[in-house]
Amino acid sequence: MSPPGPPKSESRSAPHEGSHASSGAGRFEMDELRLVVGSMVILSGATALLVVLPYLLLRDEPPPPGLKPYTEQQLKGRQVYIANGCLYCHSQQPRDIAQAPDALRGWGRAPVAGDYAYDTPHLLGTMRTGPDLLNIGARQPSRDWHLGHLYQPRAYTPGSTMPPYPFLFDVRQGAAQAGETVVTLPPAWSRPGQVVVARPEALALVEYLISLDRTYPALAPLPVPKKAPS
Amino acid sequence: MDFTVGILLVTFLLSLLALFVFIASMAKGLFGSGGAAAVQIFDEDELGTVEDPAATQAQRGSLQRAMDPGQQAEARTSADVAARRRADQSSSLVVGVCLTLSVVWLVLASFAGLISSIKLHSPDWWVGMEWLTFGRIRPVHLNLVAYGWCSMAGIGVALWLIPRLLKTELVGAKWALIGGGLWTLGVVAGTVAISTGHSDGLEWLEYPWQADILMIVGGALVGFPMWLTLLRRKVEHLYVSVWYIGAGLLWFPILFLIANWPGLHFGVQQATMNWWFGHNVLGLWFTPLALAASYYFIPKVLGKPIHSYNLSLLGFWSLAFFYSQVGGHHLIGGPVPSWLITISIVQSMMMVVPVFAVAINQHLTVLGNFRALLYSPTLRFIVLGAMMYTAASVQGSLQALRSVNTVTHFTHYTVAHAHLGLYGFYTMIMFGSIYFIMPRVMKWEWPYPWMISAHFWLVLVGFGVYFVGLSFGGWYQGLAMLDKDTPFMDTVKLTLPYLQARSIGGGLMTLGHLVFAAHFFMMGWKFGPRRLGAALLKPPALLPRIGKGARA
Repeated sequence: MSPPGPPKSESRSAPHEGSHASSGAGRFEMDELRLVVGSMVILSGATALLVVLPYLLLRDEPPPPGLKPYTEQQLKGRQVYIANGCLYCHSQQPRDIAQAPDALRGWGRAPVAGDYAYDTPHLLGTMRTGPDLLNIGARQPSRDWHLGHLYQPRAYTPGSTMPPYPFLFDVRQGAAQAGETVVTLPPAWSRPGQVVVARPEALALVEYLISLDRTYPALAPLPVPKKAPS
Repeated sequence: MDFTVGILLVTFLLSLLALFVFIASMAKGLFGSGGAAAVQIFDEDELGTVEDPAATQAQRGSLQRAMDPGQQAEARTSADVAARRRADQSSSLVVGVCLTLSVVWLVLASFAGLISSIKLHSPDWWVGMEWLTFGRIRPVHLNLVAYGWCSMAGIGVALWLIPRLLKTELVGAKWALIGGGLWTLGVVAGTVAISTGHSDGLEWLEYPWQADILMIVGGALVGFPMWLTLLRRKVEHLYVSVWYIGAGLLWFPILFLIANWPGLHFGVQQATMNWWFGHNVLGLWFTPLALAASYYFIPKVLGKPIHSYNLSLLGFWSLAFFYSQVGGHHLIGGPVPSWLITISIVQSMMMVVPVFAVAINQHLTVLGNFRALLYSPTLRFIVLGAMMYTAASVQGSLQALRSVNTVTHFTHYTVAHAHLGLYGFYTMIMFGSIYFIMPRVMKWEWPYPWMISAHFWLVLVGFGVYFVGLSFGGWYQGLAMLDKDTPFMDTVKLTLPYLQARSIGGGLMTLGHLVFAAHFFMMGWKFGPRRLGAALLKPPALLPRIGKGARA
């Protein structure tokens, strides 16, 4: 099946002088005006729907009473979290029990918009190469564990594929100085005479991780059903 | 609740209304054959004459015979030849520069991707340096691919197509050149920022605003010349490719500006904005550029007009309408209003309309001429890319369904899908386009045709391993995560062999890119035995006419 060949007589190459008759009466013909107006109207609609409407709806959403603003140290840690791209492997949005067993893994209840009242930029994440972290502070409140885990994840979780972050620590021979935080590693991973000292970035990051705790009730007056009906 | 219902109802009615207006405006002649606008890309005698500057003489002869055994070409009028020559000459410098930069970005981006991939299964490899940690090199990969390779290649191809399609000279080519330079500086600055830990922290929007400004100004300096050229067109009809390029050039700056505006977005609203941008940069920037290229090169190589003009019209407007609203499907199960997610899922499914419009149109043009793929390097990449577009889009629609998304969300399956779109579809089409364009820009043939074949097979096999491996791995990972009795660590362990397969596939792809880049620069330094000369610069009488059999 070959398509009908176009008539050779059409004035395709003659500039400015082509006649509209060749394109068929009543046919919708694209021109600059239609292109600009049409594409802008469509984009405005999509932007209104996905950007402006959420803006208007969520702008005055109050933070839940149980949610505390981040401290300066925690915000610093949040920057370390962003700088090292933790969000590319860890989400911060457990799904509802009706959809996935996230709560049964200890990741917490399904969050609401207010839970993120102080989260700019948002760090919802799209990937779970590692577990969800929205409630990691409630699940694992130990500073020592977090520091050691950041230094070498496999010292605590065999088989983990999380990268170690040696550049957040100083490794030295000899003793630590006053005011420094020494990382206590499991015996198999610590070397005699060597100390691992957490740098300020590591300490800030751990403060942020421990602050991640949305276990307060999302909506105070509503009882949270054990099994969602729908 | 009432508000939610109201929004849904209004959206539904508006969509319905828009659909009727749309159908009414095209009631006549819908789905007819090509018509005048479809043959806009051919000069007087070019219909029925194949064209692929990337093919060898023998391949071109075979290609012509595959298309039309009895073709007798007429001589082209000198006015046509002169017009095409002026159009190509006006853009050749800036196109050459943009495409060269894009190839450099492609190679760097490939290595960043390969390093990220290896780090996912070998976490203790290369951990001493901050800038090489997975969480930095991965976004470096994504941004180099998106704003380095894909955008630069797309801009180069668009700059070359626009004067050709409008039969006029590119206005303000030197501004476009400066624009390309600023854009490149923006990519460099953004990459350095991510590597040193100054990311904005939003996927697809990692570059800080200082780098964004360079890209916005650079993009504007590239975009305005193209629109000015459009306004000075010397053709009556706007060919399909022009719609896509013209609209993409308007859409992208708006998306990029709104998305990167400092201090405007917050919390969950920022998440909806993030995926409004993240999906629109694919749907309203990359997809239009690649479709523009395939709508030009498929008919051009085959010497045969596109199947249906009105089908392309339907494809264009429905793509714009539906694609622009699908972003919410990235947040299924997240803390965002559910009406928003529902709208995005519905529009994701509606995406089958533009996808099939494009698929029918392009595949029917190729149908019956598959032997041409044996001879034309350009067509081989572009037709493969067009097929991957259909596949990626249908997969994307299905993935937006709640039931499927519950499995695939948060897994490597999504990553495989993203590569089917931006690699299988977009990158393949850019490869084909560059193979066609560069001989015209450099006035020099591709020196070693075997390198084109090596490039093709390396990236095809590499990508096959990559996609199949990662899709299965991601799917199993998703199923395991939904099983409450499977410990989380098991979901990590089961992905390891698939992640290793991905590194092997990615390695082959990188190797293919090195072959491509080496060939590209060999051409740049005019290696190789044969000189094409600019076919168009020769007097028409001496023009090598393919189609009179293989040239002895």
